[in-house]
Amino acid sequence: MLQLSHFTSVLLFALFASTVFGITLRDTPRRMFRYGTYCFSLFIGSVIVFSWVMYFIKK
Amino acid sequence: MATTPIKSTATGKEPEQGFVYLPLIVGWLVPGAGHFLLRKWIRGALLFAAIVCMFALGMAMGGKLYHGADNILDMLGFVGDLGNGLMFFVSKFFSLGAEHVRITTADYGTKFIVVSGLLNVIAAVDAHNIRTGRKP
Repeated sequence: MLQLSHFTSVLLFALFASTVFGITLRDTPRRMFRYGTYCFSLFIGSVIVFSWVMYFIKK
Repeated sequence: MATTPIKSTATGKEPEQGFVYLPLIVGWLVPGAGHFLLRKWIRGALLFAAIVCMFALGMAMGGKLYHGADNILDMLGFVGDLGNGLMFFVSKFFSLGAEHVRITTADYGTKFIVVSGLLNVIAAVDAHNIRTGRKP
């Protein structure tokens, strides 16, 4: 059974979801790419921010 | 009083004939196939790769396929899984997927499978929008 770390799973999840969001929610290839990149960075950024928030809550 | 003349319907793009829901149905059954049907090859290939990889990773991680409606969460999970179309039915037929989630990775896998189904529904609706002319 494939055992990925939490962060690797998040990276893959963000990559696939951003790809679909970019293609389906924008009209032109350029805007699709930009929106996909934007979604990807929001996914990863929010994960990192919330991870630190949980770290400090735990402390 | 001057009236503007009604423009001719021959504006260069005639509405296509045929069954409008075909890309929606085909796109649901096979990820990206709705876009292939509309000759959007790159979009279709990217959607296919993203959704199939997500589903396959979910299965490889030991994800569970929902099969009933014991409670509301299972029911929602089942609806999400159904979005995978043929991949779900084939996996069910061959009894793939874990019965129970015992480790954390398998829980991630279960979520991957559900989300790939939901993304596939979005992709199929997008194909339908392209077919009806709502999206270029």
